[in-house]
Amino acid sequence: MTHPFADLGVEAARLPGRLAAWHAPVAPGALRAAAEKARAQKGRLVALWASDETTRGAGYAVHVALALRGGLLWLTAALERAHPRYPGIADIFPAASRMQRAAYDLVGVHAEGGADHRKWLRHGTWPGGAFPLRKDFDAASRFDPAADHYPFVRVEGEGVHEIPVGPVHAGTIEPGHFRFSIVGEEILRLEERLGYKHKGIEKRFEQLAPEEGARLAGRVSGDSTVAYAWAYSMALEAAAGVEPPRRASTLRGILLELERVANHLGDLGYLGNDVALAFGFFQFWRLKEKLLRLNAELFGHRYLMDVIVPGGVARDLGREPGERLLRSLGDIGAEVATLRSIYDEHAGAQDRFILTGQVVPELAERLGLTGLAGRASGQAHDLRVDAPVPPYDELQVNKAGHTRGDVAARASVRFDELAESLRLIAALVHRLPAGELRVAVPTPVAGARGCGWMEGWRGDVFVALEAGEAGTLHRVHPHDPSWRNWPLLERAVLGSIVPDFPLINKSFNLSYSGADL
Amino acid sequence: MYQLLRQIARTGIVTEPAPQADESLRQIEQRLSEAVLKHFGRSLAIRHVDAGSCNGCELEIHAANGPHYNLERLGVRFVASPRHADLLLVTGPVSRHMETALRRTYDATPEPKLVVAIGDCGCTGGIFGESYASCGRVANVIPVDVAVPGCPPTPVAIMQGILTAATSRS
Ligand code: SF4
Repeated sequence: MTHPFADLGVEAARLPGRLAAWHAPVAPGALRAAAEKARAQKGRLVALWASDETTRGAGYAVHVALALRGGLLWLTAALERAHPRYPGIADIFPAASRMQRAAYDLVGVHAEGGADHRKWLRHGTWPGGAFPLRKDFDAASRFDPAADHYPFVRVEGEGVHEIPVGPVHAGTIEPGHFRFSIVGEEILRLEERLGYKHKGIEKRFEQLAPEEGARLAGRVSGDSTVAYAWAYSMALEAAAGVEPPRRASTLRGILLELERVANHLGDLGYLGNDVALAFGFFQFWRLKEKLLRLNAELFGHRYLMDVIVPGGVARDLGREPGERLLRSLGDIGAEVATLRSIYDEHAGAQDRFILTGQVVPELAERLGLTGLAGRASGQAHDLRVDAPVPPYDELQVNKAGHTRGDVAARASVRFDELAESLRLIAALVHRLPAGELRVAVPTPVAGARGCGWMEGWRGDVFVALEAGEAGTLHRVHPHDPSWRNWPLLERAVLGSIVPDFPLINKSFNLSYSGADL
Repeated sequence: MYQLLRQIARTGIVTEPAPQADESLRQIEQRLSEAVLKHFGRSLAIRHVDAGSCNGCELEIHAANGPHYNLERLGVRFVASPRHADLLLVTGPVSRHMETALRRTYDATPEPKLVVAIGDCGCTGGIFGESYASCGRVANVIPVDVAVPGCPPTPVAIMQGILTAATSRS
């Protein structure tokens, strides 16, 4: 069978569903060669995770998802039971480093080679020899908490000192630890230590029925609940061999764009706030609140949680409410246009935004910056265009983009995408086809695979799913774009002053929960 | 600058009037102001601790600080250190990785102190439950005065929770 990845030296099979996704087994020894060839073709790493296959009479496995021109390629390398190890790929795809470390912490598969073998998601809660995602690990296990020894990289030199920040922060943000090495006020190095919010999401999936998994997926990162519920549903539908009705897909598109608009409104407000333009915060949050109330009224939830369900959607949008939605969005769009020109002309704000927290396109490309931050640094990838599933297959989505890669560029991409989302919602409401909202999703057969991949507001959200025996979930890996973008934040702050960190951080607005799992 | 001022003038004050939900909000504002006055002198200082949420609850805490609810104008302030706080607003199931940080934050908060647990997760552990990685509800780790259900609870519910906590000691 021909497939678009023959030149990678793998034999790939098309996965079911509308997403252009393929799966291929690969020998551990061939993993690096495939990764190198993918890299040479400007392929990108999406995710790396591991699984325990011992209950299926095998050992362990490491999985790699790659974004290639032909679509998504999911590689699986079977690893031996006694000493599960594979050649690491972090030198080829730097973003793999933390994922490999997490795969070791959770499943105990070892990435050979490479420099960084420190733990990542494990702190002091479970001991180094215990691996929570192994099948013989009881989800209710308790261990005596131990001290969390973590060797940060030290920067030596005259006048260099360290500022440790977190995990609990001064503002209402998620917990994480940042260690700054500074001279005077200038940041020489930032090292992130995350994993504080690790709450066992992947293990929890294995205790849930496939249908219930959508609710959990919708709570991996609450600000992206629509993207996750969609990606999970897409994965489950693929594994079960069903497709949502066209009306449901169209509604899903409306919901995803509403989520994008709400988040961009909130972030644009905070970007103003962080440069002492409180006006911006109040204006954008006024508009955001208007939208959240409309969401609650039309779809029953301010953040649209649980509206996307496996098989379709749980709520409909009638003609009159649809028109009301468009009228309100029209008002919001007009106000945002005014606010944009105010931001653009505000010398104080622009002075703080321009050339602050810069990630130049070459660095973004090399390290794999994704999503809206990637597009602000010249990485023109957007799944709604590159790997469209219904309803995006019928829409001409305009990719936003910028090349300066600074706070101003990330603000500009948000403004452009916000306007584009409003346009897309109008197009979708107008073409909302008649039909069912939901189809039944049969229990997938044991071993069935599916994946979902969706351009959330922050970037591409990926879910890989494998069905287990008797209606269980064997393995679910939800993957947040923040995995790939957190390391770039460490680079974006270099040379900046510490007081600019909150602004730079907010301009990326990465998820802690989504990447801590 | 002209455009900015014009926009401010055009917007006016959005801090609630409007139907239903707003009426209940108005009452909350008054009662909260009284409670704050009575128990904490003109201000109630809140420290937010995210102990492992999905970040959904944080979105509503942010919204409560937005123009429609404008929590701060009631004398409720979010402060940067537990040492300045009267009340801890805790979200999430408490991840085991945050257990120590939450306890330390609680210990660092001077008496008398109040704790409001936010969201289904804060109330019961929510969909994450208790596991090797999650301690479940906030009350499993520190004493909780008021628990506000919802996934996430609305800004009004969060304000109600703060009010209930601030009056429960009378
Ligand atoms: S209550 Fe809901 S919104 Fe809040 S942290 Fe839990 S899952 Fe997220």
